Parts: sequence; C-alpha cells; structure tokens
Amino acid sequence: MATYADLPGLMAAMTGDEKHAAAASSTLDVLWVLYDQVLRVTPELAEDRDRFYLSKGHGPMAYYAVLAAKGFLDPAEFASFGAFRSPLGHHPDRVLVPGVEISSGSLGHGLPLAVGTALGLRARKLDAHVWVLLGDGELDEGSNFEAIAYAGRLGLSALHVVVIDNGSASHGWPGGLESRFAVEGWSTERVVGQDHAKLAAACTAPHPGRPRLVVAEVDPVFPDLH
Amino acid sequence: MAGIMRERFADVATELLDTDDRLAVLTADLSAKLFDDARGRHPDRVLNLGIREQLLISVAGGLSLAGMRPIAHSFAPFLVERPFEQIKLDLNHQAVGAVLVSAGASYDIASGGRSHQSPGDVALLATLPDWTIHVPGHADEAEAMLRAAAAADDLVYLRLSNQANESAFGQGFHVLRRGGAGTVLAVGPLADTVLAATAGLPVTVLYTSTVRPFDHEFLRAAVADQATPSIVLVEPYLAGTSTQEVSEALRDRPHRVLGLGVGRDELRNYGSPRQHAIAHGLGAAGLRKSIVTFLGQPAR
Repeated sequence: MATYADLPGLMAAMTGDEKHAAAASSTLDVLWVLYDQVLRVTPELAEDRDRFYLSKGHGPMAYYAVLAAKGFLDPAEFASFGAFRSPLGHHPDRVLVPGVEISSGSLGHGLPLAVGTALGLRARKLDAHVWVLLGDGELDEGSNFEAIAYAGRLGLSALHVVVIDNGSASHGWPGGLESRFAVEGWSTERVVGQDHAKLAAACTAPHPGRPRLVVAEVDPVFPDLH
Repeated sequence: MAGIMRERFADVATELLDTDDRLAVLTADLSAKLFDDARGRHPDRVLNLGIREQLLISVAGGLSLAGMRPIAHSFAPFLVERPFEQIKLDLNHQAVGAVLVSAGASYDIASGGRSHQSPGDVALLATLPDWTIHVPGHADEAEAMLRAAAAADDLVYLRLSNQANESAFGQGFHVLRRGGAGTVLAVGPLADTVLAATAGLPVTVLYTSTVRPFDHEFLRAAVADQATPSIVLVEPYLAGTSTQEVSEALRDRPHRVLGLGVGRDELRNYGSPRQHAIAHGLGAAGLRKSIVTFLGQPAR
C-alpha cells in the first residue's frame, strides 16, 4: 500500500497546473489524514460510506495523488493530466473519476451540497458522515453562509468541515473565520501546522448534536497580502 | 391564497410523500405553510430552509447525490433565476436529477412587479441540457406531470401558473383544429385564448404542455403536407423561446416562424395578469391581429 512518502512523487507526475501548486500542497496533509485515518470509504464505494466533498477544487493534484495512493484511481492516468481526453481535469469531475464524489471548480458549492447529502443520509437512516474541504478564501462566497446557518440550526452532527487557512482571503477574516461558524452553533477547533497526529485528533474529536469545523492553518500562500 | 395549480401540487406532493420514501420537498419560506401537515409527518424529508435559494438548489443536488428524489419549490424568479449557477453546477454538472416546481410564472403576481416575475425562466433552463420543461395548462396536467416526475430520476421543471385553460388537454403535443393557411402552436395556459383568437381562421391549432424536449416529429408530421409551412408559436413566457426548436424541426425545408410571447422589455405596470397579457399582445384580439398579419389572412 502507498504511504504519505509516495505522494510527492505521485503529484509530480501531473504537470500543467503549476499556478495552483501551492493550493495543491496546502491540502495534501489534510487529505492524507482524512483518507488514511478518518474516512470510512473504500474503492468499492458502499452505499453507507463516508462522503468526502472537495469543495476547494482548484489544484486537485494532491487529491488525485491521495485517491491513487488509496486505490481509487490508476496513477498511469497522471501523465495525461489536463489533456483533451484525460479524465483528470484541472478541476475534478465525479462523472469521470472514480472516487470523486462531487464535481467542483466554482467556489462555494461543496458545503451547501454537503448539507443536502447529510440530510439525505439522515433521511435514509444511513450512519455515514459527510466531510467537506474548503479554503479560507472560498469562504468569501456567500452561498457558504446559507449552509453554515442552516446546518447549525439543525445541529447536523454528521457534517464535518475542514477549512485550509492559508490566509488567501483578500480581506481576511477579522476575529478568525471560525467565529462565523461558532456563532451559528458549530463545534470548532484550529490546528496550527501540518502535524498529522494533531489533525487526526481534531478530526475525530466528539461533537454531539452539532456540526464540526476544523481549521487547518498552513503557511500563508501570499505572505505580503495583509 | 394559493392558486389552484399550486394547491393541487401541495396536495399531490403531500400524498406522494406518504408512499415514496425517496421523496423530499424543499421550500425557502414561500409556500412553506402549504406543507405544514406533510412536515409534521415526515420531518426528515419536508424541509423549509428559510430564505436561502442558493441552498435550496444545492440541497436538492446533495439529496440527489444521497439517493433521494428532491422536489424544490418557490416562485419562478427565485427558483430559477437567482440560483442559476447552482442549477448549472449542483444539478446538471453533478449529473443528478431533481424536480423544480415554480409558481408565479410570467405575470401571475402582476401587482408585485418585475422582481416577482420570470418570463425568462424557460429560456434560461433551455440553455442547459437534459431538462424536461412542462408548462401545464390545467391542474390535471400539472398533477400527471408531478406524479411522473416524482417517480423518475431526471431533471424536470414544472412551471405552475394561476392562468389555466377550462379543460385539460393531456400530455404531449395535440392537434386541436385543422386548417391549411398556417399552424399555430399554443403552449400551456394560452390554449383557450389561442382558440378564441383563431376562431373562424383556416389554421391548424396545435397544443403542447411540454416544451422540452420539443416534439420535432409531431410538428413535422403536422405540417408535412405544406410546401412552406408558416408556424406561429404562442408561448406564455419570453417570446421566441422555442423558435429555434421549430427551426430545428424544419431545418430541411423552407419555413416561416413567428414567436409570440412575453416581451423582453420590462413592463413597469401593475394591475392584473389579464392586463399584462393584453399588454404583451397575448389577449385574444392581440393574438388574432399578430397571426392574421403574419399569415396574410383577411381577418373575419
């Protein structure tokens, strides 16, 4: 089985989206911890699997690498990343890539979709959880806030959000982005750095009766922005 | 007070929720009260999200991804126009199905003004692939469409209106009358008005309450015996919405097409739906004049 050490090599096989190289590596540790230690999902994609929604869809190389490492897709596809007939685009497509649960690219869609899926799984009495990965810049999109408020009101405890905070939001989040979730009743925690043990602990801490936010703080992608 | 079609929608959806546990009904405050009973019986599947229309569509997509059959409802401008990117990406691009049911149509809420009117909804959805678009002319047609949509898993738009015909004509395309001077296709609630407008004129009158997919074969067969068919479309939403469908149906033959419907210019007037219809040339007299001019027929 592949390990974390294999991931950089896998990512290097995908060229052409260097503009999003930083975005790709900021997500790598979170993706690895989730797929390796937290999510109950296999390439068989059972009906009661945990769902992972990559809302921050740009720079998906880390995501594809983790999916390959876990046996969802064939790394031989990486050589054609972004080519006309490749299933691997610069934003992932659930119709083309096994293991990709939502097609993303436009920001602010993954979390609202995840709210719907969490509601659907609850209605079907399936004991599956829904995880969404967003960026701090992505939170600029107002559509997220419809979802945050409604999920908070309902106490959707099967919903988990991880926000990669690399300080890329143009106007920042005074008081911390997590405060916007906390005021809506979410359980929140901030993890600084890319320590896998700390990330795993934050992602598995109990939060009965409330949806959960973990903020994964990484190096600022634009150090001179603020 | 909810209109007849909207009440029928609420009644039938409530009944269907009892027998199909895949179904979910979603509202964004508007018409939420119509589902109070259903929500009491099925709190996990009848959801009022508050005034959050982007979320309304995204939750429909997310429910569909989880194996449910969502029915989302609001006024047409808030259901289709406001969250159009969500329709494009959270429904079409995810390759999932949903049923969108609107009320209000083009000018039902005449006194409410432009913000509550959506003559452009059908044209907007028609820019996306895979949508079945129903424009029922009667509550019985709407009911049949809803039952069929609830049992399926595709993308369906059901455009309810307070404007309706005296009787239901049924599903699909129909021939209402035959005549040789031209062909008038009446869509949905405008059928009775079109019949009144063409009384005594030697024209074929066709009817449909489903405009996408457009039945090209039916139209081709209806005008097969005409050298250069003249077609008049009468649509209760933006004029010209389906002229390309007619052109596509008749692409191998010379033909003429006139698309009548709601004007593109904003009508900054209030009053009643009937007054709006007349202002758009969609009353019987206005339609007759347009049809007669186009077909070069003497008005009798």
